[in-house]
Amino acid sequence: MKHLASQWNKHKYPYLFIAPAVVLLTVFSIIPIVIALVISFTNMDLMGLADYSNIKGVGLSNYINLFKDPVFLKSIYNTAFYVFIGVPLVVAAALGIALLLNYGTSWLFKSFRVVYYMPSITNIVAVAVVWGYLYNGTYGLFNYILSWFGLPAQQWLQDPTLAKLSLILLAFWKAIGLNMIIFLAALQGIPRSYYEAAEIDGATGWRKLRYITIPLLGFATFFVVITTLIGWIQFFEEPLVMTKGGPLNATMSMALFIYNNGFQLSNFGYAAAGSFVLFIIIILATLAQFKIQKQEVEY
Amino acid sequence: MAVKRLEKSFMVLLLVIGGVLMMVPFIWMIGSSFKPENEFTIIPPTIIPHHPTFDNYRNLFIKLEFLTYLENTLVIVLFSFAGMFLNAMAGYAFAKFDFPGKNKFYYLILATMMIPGQVTMIPTYLIINKLNLVNTMAGIVLPGLVGAFGIFLFRQFMSTIPIDLLEAARLDGAGELRIFFQLIVPVVKPVFAVQGILTFIGAWNSFLWPLIIANDERLYTLSVGLSLLKGQYGTEFGLQMAGAAFMVVPIIIIFIFFQKHIIEGYTISGIK
Repeated sequence: MKHLASQWNKHKYPYLFIAPAVVLLTVFSIIPIVIALVISFTNMDLMGLADYSNIKGVGLSNYINLFKDPVFLKSIYNTAFYVFIGVPLVVAAALGIALLLNYGTSWLFKSFRVVYYMPSITNIVAVAVVWGYLYNGTYGLFNYILSWFGLPAQQWLQDPTLAKLSLILLAFWKAIGLNMIIFLAALQGIPRSYYEAAEIDGATGWRKLRYITIPLLGFATFFVVITTLIGWIQFFEEPLVMTKGGPLNATMSMALFIYNNGFQLSNFGYAAAGSFVLFIIIILATLAQFKIQKQEVEY
Repeated sequence: MAVKRLEKSFMVLLLVIGGVLMMVPFIWMIGSSFKPENEFTIIPPTIIPHHPTFDNYRNLFIKLEFLTYLENTLVIVLFSFAGMFLNAMAGYAFAKFDFPGKNKFYYLILATMMIPGQVTMIPTYLIINKLNLVNTMAGIVLPGLVGAFGIFLFRQFMSTIPIDLLEAARLDGAGELRIFFQLIVPVVKPVFAVQGILTFIGAWNSFLWPLIIANDERLYTLSVGLSLLKGQYGTEFGLQMAGAAFMVVPIIIIFIFFQKHIIEGYTISGIK
């Protein structure tokens, strides 16, 4: 007891400093994951919320039902669609723009940094309102622009495949900025002397890019790919506010499926099971990335 | 040299074209927010309104409760700044103190970064419900008050502060809290600048959690109010555009003022 008291006195301040953070994260991040796991094996719904005695264990049946649920299967397909198109698009564009922005140091380049970053800080609802109007079938700007080229008006958000692509375009516009900044920060960290040495050896612009810049961006690329990948697997807000998963569940993502089941239909147990499937997919994707990632380049 | 100049012009051209394309939604939003209702159905659409009006902005406050939403949003911003200080304190303890269980606590915190929001969303709602905090400001604010990423960033920066500085302050008899607020906070001001802006943007934009927890219109944030507007006044483009502009423009102005800090913040945070 005395030992404990002296330990406390000695380390009181660091414990006090971390206490709020540890308590809050435990209550709102660690405990929830345990609860989620537990209720994913129950039939918890609104009745269970009112009176815990209504909750019954159902074993694995939530998980089994998920894989019989056509909407869930569709949401997996759609999520894969988003990931396979969205991730390469965002990473390539972010890198390309970062390289362009790193080309010069004048005010022009500095101002365009802001322009490309701006969509990243906008509010998703505001974005949905503005893009919804741009995509409008009758009064929207996009269809008007198509008409310049004699192209027919498109139903941007009503056609099942086009709706997915429309959401990707919006999310792409919003995601470039942050990733571009990460690449730009990495580019500015590459020592000038590497390029000077290469120039003495007669290396051209393309070869410098291929043999110095790209390899030295290894860690940044890895970081961007991982975060973008995880982000697209959890693709959620854009379909929620733009299409609510429609038309005919064509834009329904896994995360939106979980949200709908949890908060619209109050099937907490079923939604929790869905969230664990999502979690496992994220873990697998992340592990695969770590495996693919080659030896980190030091400089 | 001529080739080099040609190359540069080409790069600038690409940059400008891409930049203009990125700006289209913003230009469209600002222009449309000043259009009178009858100008929305004109073909070809106008980018700059022929008869600009402030009515849309006025209606946000007269027809709708945007003033209340603004107040709620600002309250959330204020609380999130308090949360930022909690992050900073935790980061400081992890950077500059040795205590039993330090690594275990730190890994516990880092581990929370990997948990997707969808998994914790429902249980967190159940916990908030159990605590009788549904439909309260506390229920909206508490779950997101601290974050692992913020703690991580603060720890990274604070570990570079020389220990001698702290020892000197302790010898002078300063208390630990005083050392934190009067010594550490000023020293790591740049980090607070970056984190402060990011915290502000995050809180200002917060949408999903307030949507889930607030059922009462008196607790709506700007983005929840705007989504309501989108549903109920779906055909009133002017009102919607003004609402969107009201949310986006302040953030952009703040960002333009502080953008140098954000970009440098990423550079010094060691993501290279």
